[in-house]
Amino acid sequence: MLVSVQSNDFDIGKELEFLNNSGRNNGAIVSFQGVVRNNSTNSLLHMDIEQYPGMTQNAISNYVETAMERWSLNDALVIHRHGKLFPGDRIMMVATAAMHRHDAFQSAEFLMDYLKSRAPFWKKEVTKDGYHWVEPIINDEKALERW
Amino acid sequence: MIKVLYFAWVRERIGVSYEMVETESETIIGLVDELRQREQRYEIAFADLSALKVAVNQELCDFDTKLSGASEIAFFPPMTGG
Repeated sequence: MLVSVQSNDFDIGKELEFLNNSGRNNGAIVSFQGVVRNNSTNSLLHMDIEQYPGMTQNAISNYVETAMERWSLNDALVIHRHGKLFPGDRIMMVATAAMHRHDAFQSAEFLMDYLKSRAPFWKKEVTKDGYHWVEPIINDEKALERW
Repeated sequence: MIKVLYFAWVRERIGVSYEMVETESETIIGLVDELRQREQRYEIAFADLSALKVAVNQELCDFDTKLSGASEIAFFPPMTGG
């Protein structure tokens, strides 16, 4: 299991190779990569992602542990960046390794839903006219109900 | 003394990222009311508690949680990770 909250970029290929070479009998690896999307008027200069040092890392680790208990997983990793990010930059990745794809897909979705609404990150969108804090999406909160 | 932290627009409205607070309140909501009476910037930041979340000792909790054993309290808007 690996959880990293970091400002620097990561290499998704290397991370997946590392996950698959952990010596377990993997049959399925599911990965998700989040990317900074431009806004509806294409005017996003950059995004500032704030975190709660200490709590963010622990909260994500708790959700990964929950996923490892709930599904039959060999391993899981979450990397989430903070700080200044530009459109097209990678923000985060989730990857899960299992014997079978069902466990890998389900646990990856579970982790994504929890990262969206329960990991202490706050996104600020900066344009030439100023900035605003990204509002939570009601459907993201509702997505937690299925778990 | 309790360390109180603020994040995102709560931090901006209150003007500091953290402060040490002396309180006699027994619950988080009591602490919030106490702060609101101190200065207008707290009144503005805490105007709508349904738009806020709170963590005690880095664990999410409710506003009616007791303060006993709390060394760190954080107030912030709903998270927008991922």
